[in-house]
Formats: sequence, C-alpha cells, structure tokens
Amino acid sequence: MKRSAGYGADPRIRWTEWLPWLAALAAFFLLPEYLSLGARILTYILFALSLDLILGYAGIVTLGHSAFFGVGAYTAGILAAKLRLNDPIVLLVAAACTAAVLGITTGAVILRTRGLTQLMLTLAIAAVCLEIANKATPLTGGADGLSGVTIAPILGLFRFDLFGKTAYLWCLLMLFSIWWLVRRLICSPFGATLTGIRENPVRMHAIGAPVYRRLLTVYTLAATIAGVAGALLTQTNQFVGLNVLGFEPSGELLVMLVLGGVGRLYGAFVGPLVYLIAQDVLAKQFPQYWYLGIGLILVLVVLFARGGLLGIADALVARLRRVGPDAPRAGAPRPL
Amino acid sequence: MRNMVALETRGLCKSFGALTVADRVDFRLEAGVRHALIGPNGAGKTTLVNMITGRLAPSAGQVLLAGEDVTRLSQAARVKRGLGRTFQINTLFGDMTVLDNVALGVAERDGVGGRFWRPAGAHAQVRAEALELLATFGLEDDARRRVFDLPYGKQRLVEIAIALGLKPTVLLLDEPAAGVPSLESHRILGALERLPANIAVLIIEHDMDLVFRFAQRITVLVQGEVLCEGAPAEIADDPRVRRVYLGERHG
Repeated sequence: MKRSAGYGADPRIRWTEWLPWLAALAAFFLLPEYLSLGARILTYILFALSLDLILGYAGIVTLGHSAFFGVGAYTAGILAAKLRLNDPIVLLVAAACTAAVLGITTGAVILRTRGLTQLMLTLAIAAVCLEIANKATPLTGGADGLSGVTIAPILGLFRFDLFGKTAYLWCLLMLFSIWWLVRRLICSPFGATLTGIRENPVRMHAIGAPVYRRLLTVYTLAATIAGVAGALLTQTNQFVGLNVLGFEPSGELLVMLVLGGVGRLYGAFVGPLVYLIAQDVLAKQFPQYWYLGIGLILVLVVLFARGGLLGIADALVARLRRVGPDAPRAGAPRPL
Repeated sequence: MRNMVALETRGLCKSFGALTVADRVDFRLEAGVRHALIGPNGAGKTTLVNMITGRLAPSAGQVLLAGEDVTRLSQAARVKRGLGRTFQINTLFGDMTVLDNVALGVAERDGVGGRFWRPAGAHAQVRAEALELLATFGLEDDARRRVFDLPYGKQRLVEIAIALGLKPTVLLLDEPAAGVPSLESHRILGALERLPANIAVLIIEHDMDLVFRFAQRITVLVQGEVLCEGAPAEIADDPRVRRVYLGERHG
C-alpha cells in the first residue's frame, strides 16, 4: 500500500487489493455456518481501519478509540430499543453523527497535546464514556446491557436472519464502501500530509501546513467510521453490552492492528481476521487459557516482526524476488 | 528593490526563567541580501530563528515581514507570507521518499495540501516542480529513495530543497553545513551560491570560511545581544569580535 500513496506513486488499485473482497465473497458461499463470526470480523476490520487512519497514518496514539465505537453502538441500540427507530440506514447515520460530534469535541482538546499526555487523555475519555453507560441504566441498561433491540429489514427488503447472512453482506458492503473512501483519502495530498505529520510535525509546521486542523479532520473522520462500526455491531448482535466501551476494547483493537501491521491499510484487514479466528478456535479448545495464545502471538510479532503479519509477508516477497529466476546472480554483470 | 527590508526584529526578548537568551535584538535583513548571523555556542542564534518563524513566542518585541507585524501570527501564516527555514538538525520526513519530502512543501504552497479526493500521484504539476527542484540539487536520481537511506550530506541538501519549494522571499538557514564532513561542504556551499538572487538569506553558520565566502553582511550575537553588524571586512577587523569569537584565525 505504501507504493500507492504519495506524489510519485501510481494510485490505481492493484489486482492483489481485490483478493480480500473475493475471499470475503467466497466465504459467504463456502462457510455458511460461520457468517455470524464473519460479520463480527468485518465489523472489527472497519473499526481497525479507522484506528489505522489516525494511528498508522497520522501517528495519533490512542487508547480511547472504543469511545466512538461504543457511542455508535449505544446510539443505534438506544434509538432502536427506546425510540423504535429501527431502520438500519437511519441508525448508521445517527451513530455516525453522534460519534462525529464526540470526535470533534474530544479531538479539539486531545490534539493540542502530544505523547504520554495525549495517551492518558484518550484513556480518560474512554473511561468516562464507560462510566456514563454504566450509570445511565434507564437508557443503556447498565451492566445488564441493552436488550430489546430490533432492526427493521434493510430498505424494507432484507431481514436480519438468524444465520447472519444479511448481516454479513451488509457489513461487507459498508466495509467495502468505507475502505474505498479511506483508500482515496490515503492516496490524496491530504493523506500525504498525514504521513508527513506522523514523520515530523515540526517540519509540517515549518512548511506552512495547518497541522492541528488536519489532525482534527482525520480524528473526526476516524471517530465517525468507528461509530458506524459500532452501529453495525449493534445491528448484527441486536444487543449492546458495556464491553464495547472502556480500555479493554481499545486495547484489543490496538493488539489486532499491531498484529496485522500498522500504517499499511491492509494490516487492519489481516489483524482482526487472525485475532478473532484465533480467539474463536482457542476459546473452544482452552476456555480458560485462550488469552495466553493471543499473548504469545503478539509477543512473537513484537519481537520478530515489527511490521506485523503483513510486514513478514512483505519481507518474504522481497526475498523471493531477490532469489527469483530473473534476479541478477552475484558476480553476473548487471544489465543497465 | 534594493534596501527594502524583508525581515526585521524590534526589541525582541526571550527569557526562560532567569536565563535571558535574547535581549532587545534589533535586526534587519534587506531584500535579496546574504546575511550571516554568527556567535559562540549558546549565543541565542537558533532561539532568534525560532522566534522569527513563530515556533517560539517572544517575551517582548516584534517581528516584521516586509514591514508587516507578524508577531502574533502562526508559523503557517508566516510561511504563507514568504518565510522559509531549514533546521540545524535534519528535520525531514524520514519514512517518505525524497520526492514526497519536497512535494509536501510545494503542495502546501500551492494550497493543494488539504485536498482529499484526487490522488497525490495525479498532481503532476506538484511532482514536476519537486523533481525540477531536486534536479538543481543534483538529487534527481534519488527522488524515489527513502530520505533516511540517503547519505548525510545529501539529506542536508534535501533539508534546503524542502524550504526552497515554498518559494520563500526570506530564507533562514540554520547551520546548513552542520555535521557535513569538510570534504563535502563544498556541495552545500555550491547549493547556497545557486540560491535565487531575489531571496533574502539569513544564514547561521560556524564554518567561518563558508560565512566569509557567502555573506554580504554579518551580525554578531553574543549572549543574546547584538554585539555588532557590518560588512565581512569590518567584522573581521573588529577587535571585539576577534576577542569573543574569531580567535586568531582571521586576525
């Protein structure tokens, strides 16, 4: 993906970038009994994508990204359960709006700080959101969670079924549309600016870029996407619990993204896929110790593959190219 | 256009607690002139540059660009008014290509840096201008390399190229030859001599050979105060300067 961004790059979509979508469609037909898990994975990919935008590209380190996910999830849940607003598209838009408002207001504060201060502030925002959801029992159901969420058929036509068929395709459609938008953004001059801010904010100021405004823009956008992901989770589960808020889901998301590879766009695809499947498999085999397995994978990645699983893939491809049949052998004259 | 003041500071002061690093600095940079700012380590040269660019807020005093008070303006607003700078320690976009390093600045100057729909790669004009600029520094073959993979001397050139991409009318160079082996410093000097003549250049430099070959005027800063200002010959002959700074080299 790095080759597609920037002023010297060819921004066209490569054939390899279509593979995840083909795989997702193939999974729909080949693995019908796993579609609920699939919808959950797609939702988390969308959530991870929004984190990659601010962490991987703009370099904003956050442990509070669940605030937007949770607010999106609760917005959709409360509107559906309490106000009988059940249309899935309306719910997505409403969740996007509340998450965006929370994003721009908290971003306006935290983006004035850097480093550890910023990290702690994001953590505080996530904690406050969790506590509000915990205490506002009449609205959110508190620790019992919010049940009674019913979602109307999409466009009045496609009912959310028990097997997750509709949910899977709905999540896939949303992920695809937002991926396309995010990809365009990353390849744009604005996207190059974000990478510039991550690499050197001091220099960005010195070349006259409105650094704060750009950061606030992307932070709000990432919050909006996370809100949409939260609302998708509500629609898939028809339930909202406190586990969408606070430090835990933020940390978990960070682990997924690091596992896949930060700042590569597709790391956000690989990470949640591997993490959630591993979680599913390990939790069945070792109900008490499955976290150990996840922990081991993460330790290995951090120790040996700082670029995440995609970083390993990149290194392998580079090595294969070097020993490939058309690579110049040592000692052989190099063609000019 | 000669004798027009491109940049001026009036009574600029900066203190960190009890430590005064700039004490009523009055300084004028005339349009199109090569002006050097010299002084011993800790004299407050970089602090002065940081106040001029808006990275540091002065405790008192004014900064004027082309006669206009910019003391309260942001760094970005000053850049828009033609102020460019380089850094003593390389301040590059490490994980980006050499081309992108320069193109980011060109795009900001053209006002396209905030565009989020058309791909950066489709902004052929920005790319062409960045490549042209790189060519004047002899860096055209390195355009697609990661900037941190370049040798240090070339990184120093990229440092200058980024600032030039802003098409500044005032360029502040903070020790452009710092850390460059003396065998390679001629490349930096060559680049400095090829700077467009209409730019007013303020250079901070410790390499006195470079200063005396390049500068038309010299200001000496000692402990945050302007000791004296004049043509290179006057400065070299000034006994006070020799005492505090030059030693016997140019005596």
